[in-house]
Amino acid sequence: MNTVTNISVQKIWSILEEVCDPEVPVLSVIDLGVVREVKVASVSEEDDVEVVITPTYSGCPAMDVIRMNIHMVLLLHGYKNVQITTVLSPAWTTDWMTEAGKHKLKAYGIAPPNPKQQVCNTHLFAEDEAVQCPHCNSYNTRRISEFGSTACKSLYQCNDCQEPFDYFKCH
Amino acid sequence: MTKDTLYNYTLHLADNALILAQRNSEWCGHGPVLEQDIAITNISLDLIGQARSLYQYAAEVFNKKEGREATEDSLAYLRDVREFKNCLLVEQPNGDWAQTILRQFFFSTYQYGLYQQLQQSTDATLAAIAEKSLKEVTYHVRWSSEWVIRLGDGTAESHDRLENALDELWMFTGELFTPAGYELDALKAGFGVELTALKAAWEQKVNEIFAEATLPDAASRAGVWMQTGGKEGVHSEQLGFILAELQYMQRAYPGAEW
Repeated sequence: MNTVTNISVQKIWSILEEVCDPEVPVLSVIDLGVVREVKVASVSEEDDVEVVITPTYSGCPAMDVIRMNIHMVLLLHGYKNVQITTVLSPAWTTDWMTEAGKHKLKAYGIAPPNPKQQVCNTHLFAEDEAVQCPHCNSYNTRRISEFGSTACKSLYQCNDCQEPFDYFKCH
Repeated sequence: MTKDTLYNYTLHLADNALILAQRNSEWCGHGPVLEQDIAITNISLDLIGQARSLYQYAAEVFNKKEGREATEDSLAYLRDVREFKNCLLVEQPNGDWAQTILRQFFFSTYQYGLYQQLQQSTDATLAAIAEKSLKEVTYHVRWSSEWVIRLGDGTAESHDRLENALDELWMFTGELFTPAGYELDALKAGFGVELTALKAAWEQKVNEIFAEATLPDAASRAGVWMQTGGKEGVHSEQLGFILAELQYMQRAYPGAEW
């Protein structure tokens, strides 16, 4: 790969920082960890760009919007030949989310995924995961519902400050 | 030959996911409590996502073979009853909450074992879809198992309802482990799954949960007639009604987009 292409790849990664998750607009697709690879081929005067992405959940309706927004933002920066490829393996986990992304989530009022996955198994009636309240930082919280407003979240409530909050669940 | 097998096999997996998703989505706005309404429709969403990945792949296989333009939408919206290859279990009516829960438990437990094996498929795309979906199915198994126990070991009323559901649904569980022609061919070709090997683990899980739910174990139903046919396109009267609703828009306004 020549140097010019390397610079182009770097540039596209930084442009992709502008593309946000439509459901959680505080996160970019880079924070979320759904961009796997950027490839640039300079065959003619215009660069051919391929962006490889992966879904968080199979049925995540945000993926279609994310795909369209990646096209739009690259078009705005002058890239006309853009191809977006979806890969499924290795499957996305919350480990792919960046540390910066986790901080942004918390500031936004959504508890970020715990670093160690605790309940991603078939064990029944498992104890609720200890999740920190994003508002008052208490760990004295309880799960209200395993399924929440989007596929990636479950609903919790803080026993200390009483605020309900979303938890970006382990996956 | 292998292309046909791969196409039919992939469609079968996709149809299972789509039809159960469609059934579960009938609960939207009607769940017994808000959180469980959200849960069952979230499970629908996961299944629709899996169905989309599988239909997209089936369309790709079909187009390479036939040189025509099938899409995930044409496969979901423009095939008729006899062309659907889902098992009979997933098309059965929702009934009450107990029947919906038991159907989900039977199917998710089956799908969990199936996808675990399919991760090792020689077909890289099927393996990737299985790997991705398995994480979601893990949630479905846990959620539906907990509900089977909660209802079975709950009140006399909830226990009776679950027993009734068992009477309704047990006869459709045999088909899960009775391979259709394309499943046998898929196994021979190296990308399929040995269904008979999944059965023991499925029964063990069912017995384990049934014991906690104070329900009789699988052996007590050993003599029950098992209805098959769905995988080969011979469906119960239910599927026509499901497709009438699912496909209405594309049939009434062909090519409609929004």
